[in-house]
Amino acid sequence: MSEFEQLYREVILDHYKAPRNHGLLEPADVVAEGQNPLCGDEVTVSVRFGEGDVIEDVGFEGRGCAISQAATSMLTDIVKGRTAQEVSTMPKDELLEEIGIPLTPVRLKCALLGLGVLKVALHRAKGTPLPEEWGTSAGEISLS
Amino acid sequence: MASTATPTLDAHRLRADFAVFEELLDGKPVAYLDSASSTQKPRQVLDRMRTFYEHEYANVHRGVYRLSERATEGFEGARRTVAGLLNAPSEREVIFTRSATEAINLVAYAWGLDNLGPGDVVVVTELEHHANFVPWQFIAQRTGASFRHIPIDDHGELQLDALDGLSREGNVKVVANNLVSNSLGTINPVETLAEWAHAQGAIMVVDAAQAAPHRVVDVQALGADFVAISSHKLCGPSGVGALWGRRELLEAMSPFNLGGEMIRSVGLDRTTFNDLPHKFEAGTPAIAEAVGFGAAIDYVNDVGLEAIERHEHLLVEQAMAALDEIPWIRVFGPPPERRAGIVSFDVEGIHPHDVAQILDWEGVAVRAGHHCTQPLMTRLGVAATTRASFYLYSLPEEIDRLVAGLHKVKASLG
Repeated sequence: MSEFEQLYREVILDHYKAPRNHGLLEPADVVAEGQNPLCGDEVTVSVRFGEGDVIEDVGFEGRGCAISQAATSMLTDIVKGRTAQEVSTMPKDELLEEIGIPLTPVRLKCALLGLGVLKVALHRAKGTPLPEEWGTSAGEISLS
Repeated sequence: MASTATPTLDAHRLRADFAVFEELLDGKPVAYLDSASSTQKPRQVLDRMRTFYEHEYANVHRGVYRLSERATEGFEGARRTVAGLLNAPSEREVIFTRSATEAINLVAYAWGLDNLGPGDVVVVTELEHHANFVPWQFIAQRTGASFRHIPIDDHGELQLDALDGLSREGNVKVVANNLVSNSLGTINPVETLAEWAHAQGAIMVVDAAQAAPHRVVDVQALGADFVAISSHKLCGPSGVGALWGRRELLEAMSPFNLGGEMIRSVGLDRTTFNDLPHKFEAGTPAIAEAVGFGAAIDYVNDVGLEAIERHEHLLVEQAMAALDEIPWIRVFGPPPERRAGIVSFDVEGIHPHDVAQILDWEGVAVRAGHHCTQPLMTRLGVAATTRASFYLYSLPEEIDRLVAGLHKVKASLG
């Protein structure tokens, strides 16, 4: 158990088994989905805005490895109440610190899938900038 | 040859040749169950490369001085060793490449671009590694040839009754298949396919990267036209592989890479090309790596390919029997008697990456992913599998550790 805690901390396991903000919003202002073809991870994010570009509510669905789903669950908790502009420029390290365990490059893609998809949704709804690392790397994390 | 005794090997004794098995991670030795991806290297191979660099090294085929002669002899000796491994009729038919992948690309470009066109059919299989799939898909598209595949059944074995239909689709010109599936371990009926290919007037291109390190591969008995192998899956260094091809085909082909070494004479207006095998070896090759490849083949031959095959078969039987008892594990592929030392499986409800990560904490190294066989993953209905694979140094107790680790996976994430 101690080794388990060391890498997949309790909190990740918890988010994986009981994801927060699970399920797509009805109605939603914008929906975006993305896949990581290497792993088969899939995430769909829906967002509803409050006043201005404040993210009032966010919901997601997906399937894939524990890291991809838990990270998206954590992300939804982090971004609620923030503005689209704030989230679009949110450094990925903020999410990675929340995840807290060291990740190999392959698993990093899993961890950042949800954030990439969310930023695409915000871009579509509010015209916020797309992060460069997801703008062109269609072969690695494909967003639709 | 007269002996009828079952060949055996002593994996515990062989492990002394591999320093990596003295490494401890979290105080535990690594149960390295990813040899299908790449094998560990014995001291004999590393020593040979070091000796070569320290006492025999220069560029090959160039110098008039004695050191260059030594280097050339080491390099060409390795070519003879590769020819011997494959029972090639002539060492001149053995071309050193960067990898098995490059060997197949050589055939796809140098043979395919000149010999394929509209109305022709290139046939691959549903369980092909991308290395013997993507080059053919690409060259077929470039030339206007059709690209078709032989499907597999639910046991991961080729459905040969599809061949008749394929032969009616046009002029079958290429049949490409791996002798052993890297994902499922399926031993494919390459001899049968080669016969069929030749009846169609097609060439038979065999990816033996996953076979040659583990069992006897005889290019003449297979009836193949081209066979690709890799060094790093056979105890040798990475960065070198080999292509064997039938001489008349190789001689009729245009070069693949162009530059130094592959020429006979170069003029301002035209260039004539060197004889086999040098025609296909432009530029300075991976010299010491080729020598290491030869040393690795010597090592594997000393252990004995039949003994290796037998050893891995026993491990596969053990692993499959143990995994079959676990209701939440589904093993893909054929029964042990028709598979090599590879076991791919699914742990119900748990992503292979998570399986592999938790196994890693237990010091068990397995591969999780699509294993460069995405069409096969699609056929199996999964994005990825977890794969354990064995070699001459693998131990029964490592399979016990795998199984114990899988129970931990289930307890943690199930």
